[in-house]
Amino acid sequence: MKIVVAIKQVPERDAPVHIAAEGRWIDEGDLNYTINEPDAYALEEALHLKEKVGSGEVIVVCAGPERVQSTLREALAKGADRAIHIEADDLGSRDTLGIAQILAEAIKTESPDLVLTGLQSDDLGLGQTGVVLAELIGVPHATIILQVEPSGDGIKVKRELEDGWFQHVEMPLPALLTIQSGGNKLRYATLMGIKKAKTKELKTVAAAASSGAPSITLERVYLPEKQKKTEMLTGSPAEVAAKIVEKLKFEVRVL
Amino acid sequence: MSGVLVVMEQRGGKWNRMSFEALAAGQQLAAKLGVECSAAVMGGPGVDALATKLTSKKLAKAYTVQHDLLMDYTADGYIAALQQLIEHAGPDYILFPHTYQVRDFAPALATRFKQVLISDVIAIGHDSVGSAGPIFVRQLFQGRLNGNYRHAASGPCFVSVQAGTFRGDAVEEGTASAESFSPQLTPDQLRSKPGEPFREAAQTVDLSSAPVIVSVGRGIGEQENLGIVEELAQALGAELAASRPICDNGWLPMERQVGSSGQTVAPKLYLAVGISGAIQHLVGMKGSKSILAINKDKNAPIFEVADYGVVGDLFEIVPELTKAIQAAKA
Ligand SMILES: Cc1cc2nc3c(=O)[nH]c(=O)nc-3n(C[C@H](O)[C@H](O)[C@H](O)COP(=O)(O)OP(=O)(O)OC[C@H]3O[C@@H](n4cnc5c(N)ncnc54)[C@H](O)[C@@H]3O)c2cc1C
Ligand SMILES: Nc1ncnc2c1ncn2[C@@H]1O[C@H](COP(=O)(O)O)[C@@H](O)[C@H]1O
Repeated sequence: MKIVVAIKQVPERDAPVHIAAEGRWIDEGDLNYTINEPDAYALEEALHLKEKVGSGEVIVVCAGPERVQSTLREALAKGADRAIHIEADDLGSRDTLGIAQILAEAIKTESPDLVLTGLQSDDLGLGQTGVVLAELIGVPHATIILQVEPSGDGIKVKRELEDGWFQHVEMPLPALLTIQSGGNKLRYATLMGIKKAKTKELKTVAAAASSGAPSITLERVYLPEKQKKTEMLTGSPAEVAAKIVEKLKFEVRVL
Repeated sequence: MSGVLVVMEQRGGKWNRMSFEALAAGQQLAAKLGVECSAAVMGGPGVDALATKLTSKKLAKAYTVQHDLLMDYTADGYIAALQQLIEHAGPDYILFPHTYQVRDFAPALATRFKQVLISDVIAIGHDSVGSAGPIFVRQLFQGRLNGNYRHAASGPCFVSVQAGTFRGDAVEEGTASAESFSPQLTPDQLRSKPGEPFREAAQTVDLSSAPVIVSVGRGIGEQENLGIVEELAQALGAELAASRPICDNGWLPMERQVGSSGQTVAPKLYLAVGISGAIQHLVGMKGSKSILAINKDKNAPIFEVADYGVVGDLFEIVPELTKAIQAAKA
């Protein structure tokens, strides 16, 4: 089974977010980057599937500036066979359709059996790129997937619904799935894997110029205004603890 | 028609409650823009029974989109049917509730119109009259920032509305004319086969009736550290709950997860330890009577719903708190 995994590089979770001077995005100056969390699960599922089927290839794809190569290398170290870096410095000025278009172009030339994406990115949180990509490459899709197993000529997937419900969906290949976190345990890169990764192919291709103006624009980013008055309890840990006990006794009345 | 079209969600003849929040959003947007609002519900035979709930609302039209092949949800069926309805009705804005089902098909539907869905909107704002159209606010960085989005293209604007943004009971009553719409669908268009929804093995923990909950998030760092929150829960006589990453890692069972894909809780006290407050977590606990949050990041979105907040290191505060509670109870 030939599987393409679209992975995105995002700022590390605990990274401080400072709004850039022009107020349209964050200051990227001193950020550290990592793989988008659900994409790590998508990669895990792909490696898992390849092992289960016993043959195949896992190709990771990422669109972004040069720095994303470090994330692709990590994916290679974890076991991906090849990587494609779609070089694009202007992702901020492309909307989801624009980004899905450059991903689609790279993926189409590979004609994979299965394309996996994360269900949502930690920074933009759109939860859309995979679904749009499926539409552009013309394959059926399913979202919020926890498990994938081969079934006949196609696959059977376990899809998460709201409130603890699930559903199985069967579909033919080729197909695209957006992967939810938690379906597998994530593996770490081994020393051997890291060494091997250095010899694996990491191909860079140029992103086509964007085909037109974006249909939606992000005009401004800002800290959310608080909707609720939060009473902040301050002091040393012992003082804070004493204040909380007071609140729990006399206001919340659970002590 | 121009105007606003709200796409409602039902499963097996039962409304998804969030549909009415989207309907309220649609009515308010239409009023602001001085245009008409309509609504649509889709499904298999019998779905027209739901239409009476729409014809009693203040709407121009209440569409029922009915077809044998829409009995069970499939992305292919819904996309094809809605594409035809939108071409027929010609709305300028199409609003959806931001449900898991909408996440599954709406981005591809928008793509059919060369548009991009503005997903997961938490507010709709308006500039001075005659400007560049409404501002759609959505969260970035898991709720740490807000972003203002605007539709910049010609063609319909697709928007999905996050749970709790609008009040379902704010929907205006009135009348609407019913119109049934029969989309052209053939079985070979539906490429995937959906199974029946199911739940995992019976749940043994019912967090929904717990009066006090101590909930732990990724701030705890390692599984070995869970002990300090377990002791706190014990001191308080509380149930232990968690955010998703804790359950994803297998540190606590899935049934202790609170949030949109876990349990919904409303205790007297929800004590959130090292939880950032992503929207999918908040929807599961913001109905709690009192919320106390301990987080080292003063800008963590959990503080937007917390009644009491402590900015600090949970590893210093939690053990002190456990001691203080034990002392108070002794
Ligand atoms: C479709 C979908 C469904 C989802 N369903 C759910 C769901 O049901 N439930 C759920 O919880 N999530 C769900 N999520 C995931 C959700 O988006 C968040 O990723 C998740 O809630 C984050 O968990 P967290 O707050 O524990 O972790 P993080 O976001 O990583 O936050 C950790 C927090 O701990 C704080 N911290 C770190 N160290 C310390 C310390 N020493 N002392 C004090 N504070 C510290 C940090 O400041 C940070 O705020 C879902 C996501 C999607 C896309
Ligand atoms: N620049 C990118 N390069 C590769 N994959 C991406 C990129 N942007 C988004 N994706 C994929 O699309 C998923 C959903 O992203 P989003 O629609 O931004 O929430 C991510 O989890 C990735 O798998």
